[in-house]
Amino acid sequence: MSISEIKFSTEELARYDRHIIIPDFGLAAQQKLKAAKVLVVGSGGLGSPLLLYLTAAGVGTIGIIDFDVVDDSNLQRQVLFGVENVGKPKVEAAVNRLKGLNPHIRFEVYNTRLTAQNALGIIKEYDVVADGTDNFPTRYLVNDATVLLDKPNVYASIFQFEGQVSVFNYVNEKGERGPNYRDLYPTPPPPGLVPSCAEGGVLGVLPGIIGSLQALEVIKVITGVGETLSGRFYTFDALTFTNRTFRIAARKDNPLNGENPSIQQLVDYEAFCGLKAPVKSIKEVSISEFVEWKERGEVVQVIDVREPHEYEIANIGGDLIPLGGVSAAHEQIRRDGKVIVHCKMGGRSAKAIRELEEKYGFDNLYNLKGGILSYIDDVDQELVRY
Amino acid sequence: MATVIIPTPLRKFTNAQSTVQLKGETVAAVIKQLVTEFPDLKKHLLDEQEAIRSFVNVFLGEDDIRDLDNTATGVNEKSVISIIPAIAGGRM
Repeated sequence: MSISEIKFSTEELARYDRHIIIPDFGLAAQQKLKAAKVLVVGSGGLGSPLLLYLTAAGVGTIGIIDFDVVDDSNLQRQVLFGVENVGKPKVEAAVNRLKGLNPHIRFEVYNTRLTAQNALGIIKEYDVVADGTDNFPTRYLVNDATVLLDKPNVYASIFQFEGQVSVFNYVNEKGERGPNYRDLYPTPPPPGLVPSCAEGGVLGVLPGIIGSLQALEVIKVITGVGETLSGRFYTFDALTFTNRTFRIAARKDNPLNGENPSIQQLVDYEAFCGLKAPVKSIKEVSISEFVEWKERGEVVQVIDVREPHEYEIANIGGDLIPLGGVSAAHEQIRRDGKVIVHCKMGGRSAKAIRELEEKYGFDNLYNLKGGILSYIDDVDQELVRY
Repeated sequence: MATVIIPTPLRKFTNAQSTVQLKGETVAAVIKQLVTEFPDLKKHLLDEQEAIRSFVNVFLGEDDIRDLDNTATGVNEKSVISIIPAIAGGRM
């Protein structure tokens, strides 16, 4: 069936009336939306506004992929979810909400992580991909898979007060292909240089702004209305309220689709992003071992390297020495017996241990695997997860 | 002389300044001046060979310096240089 033959029920016509009456949009654009299949990767901060607006706008088929469950700390920005969804898979909660918003949409859900193994099989079913993920390995995975499969990739990313939007691998009406993420950033930052998860943070309304712009670009890519951000790179600085739009171009040395492409298939993106780089291993302790050691009196000190406000939310009685201050406080750390170091999930405490071992030669520090979150899950559910 | 716009994640290294005025005839000279004035910025912008890191883009006005003369591109007092690092959301 050609797009011009796509029909709408009277309920749909009434629902989309404010689109259809726009002279430059009209029924034709609404038909393209209904015919379109969009995959939204990640249903978090960016995915929330993206999914709400794409569903409301009438995109016919929407795929949602996310492996995560709704957490209390998501609700500050992930406006798709409510208190009643905490603990439930995000894709499940999202579809329930979105079906209530628009019953005319077909949803496909993937309650799993997008990986190099499943990406091509999933993405090939869609016309457009909207990347709302929160990490570099998945960014490069989505980019490479969309280039290999010849699909446009509507990109948005946020961090703290900064947002970025572009449209990658878009072929315009003249047949010219726009740049992709690897033209812009050939390689990701090494781990540790950019603040990670709990340390970074994001202002709650920022993904609302940036994810809405991303939804706008998805709609423009589908309908052909207006000029997309292909070949342009938009940045938003919420602190100074400054927008900038830069020109970007495809580069000859792009390893995916430059003059001498070296990537013909998906690679190991964790390794590519340096997350598997050999680093000196540190001693670790599981939650159950930790509990045993404590009962046997072998633990002489517990160090909590999180920030004071996190300590206030939940703590296991450790000595609070935030990561930034561990070197300055090294004399407060005991050298006899086992000292357990923990943070929220285990990343910052690993950094703290490396720093203390390298600078001050500690050899009795153990990283608590999974951090306080695992402790809460396995030992003390009365404590507040965040 | 040029104005350099510092991205929000790197402002902690510039005493929270969002823009910095710096001397220099080329992009390279301005960046050099920038990391001299704010040494903590250096490892975020330049690699061991003093080249701009591959996860950092530098734009002069609206243009990627890689589409101009790269860091040899000349600047004047009206030039605005934007530094845009890759960001990926919350997690690594």
